[in-house]
Amino acid sequence: MHRVKVRVVEDALDANSTLAQANRADFDRHGVTVVNLMGAPGAGKTALLEQVVADGLGDVRLGILEGDVEGSLDADRLARLHVPVTQINTAAGFGGECHLDANMVRSALGAVALDELDLLVIENVGNLVCPAEFRVGEDARVMVTSVTEGEDKPLKYPLMFRACDVVVVNKVDLLPHLDVDLELLLHRIDKVHPDVPVMVVSGRTGEGIDAVRHWLHELHAAKAAVRA
Amino acid sequence: MHELSLASAVIDTAVRHADGRRVTAVHLRVGHLRQVVPASLLFYFEHVARGTPCEEARLTFDEVPARMRCEGCDHGWVLDDVQFRCPACGSAAVEVVAGEEFEVDWISVEQLEESCTA
Repeated sequence: MHRVKVRVVEDALDANSTLAQANRADFDRHGVTVVNLMGAPGAGKTALLEQVVADGLGDVRLGILEGDVEGSLDADRLARLHVPVTQINTAAGFGGECHLDANMVRSALGAVALDELDLLVIENVGNLVCPAEFRVGEDARVMVTSVTEGEDKPLKYPLMFRACDVVVVNKVDLLPHLDVDLELLLHRIDKVHPDVPVMVVSGRTGEGIDAVRHWLHELHAAKAAVRA
Repeated sequence: MHELSLASAVIDTAVRHADGRRVTAVHLRVGHLRQVVPASLLFYFEHVARGTPCEEARLTFDEVPARMRCEGCDHGWVLDDVQFRCPACGSAAVEVVAGEEFEVDWISVEQLEESCTA
């Protein structure tokens, strides 16, 4: 018995990337645009979706894949708005995975009627670190941060703030009650991810939600144009 | 906390390349931008490796500094603060040249003398 060195030089997350590409191919085949919605627990991801769903997206048929460690509280909230929702619970993993990966999304796809959708929003597990590491086959990644989380989060979690295509700054209706400096937060987002599009919204009052709807429309239109 | 998932991914990769052989060492290249906490990764590696061919393996890694390049003025710099705009011209069109790696560089495995498949 002796020891030999084996050169590997392989991204440790290659297996996830391969599955993410398979998911993406399925989404493309059905003409579905997919958004991975990420953010801390309590950032207001579900409230944002409720606002988007409430007035609909016109002729774009929206579905939601809801990732949580336990339970279906968020899915129940959204199902009340008559939008197709599929729940993924990650508790079956290593005592409750803290993120969705490509395999979890893949195993849930059988329950999603892709033929009846144009846009699928995957609401990731609330977490500012792990979801940034795992692509699930999405076309775009949206990160929700709320003003109540403070101005320091972009500097503390640059991986997440850099892994997204757009940042939604939520809960701006609370600004009068907080010491948080919105300009400083926006400055720091730009410092970590220069020129990333930012939408300032309130999931409670609906302020700024039209911009989110518009962005989703444009994203889907751009993808449909590429396919045509 | 992402170190648990990362440790699992490292072990899966190492076991696949070990091809049934026992793994004695795993060496990684970890980019600075991956925000990996070494002590945490070591802890989870040991935990997840139990019962796998990596059970006795020693985990080591090199950290790869984050190197940036400006697509506008070609200025290059090593990132030591989370300042992703070009410090020379202020452009947002910057490229991460290195620092996003999370790869298994090599592994060491036990090999029977008579076999020469490595």
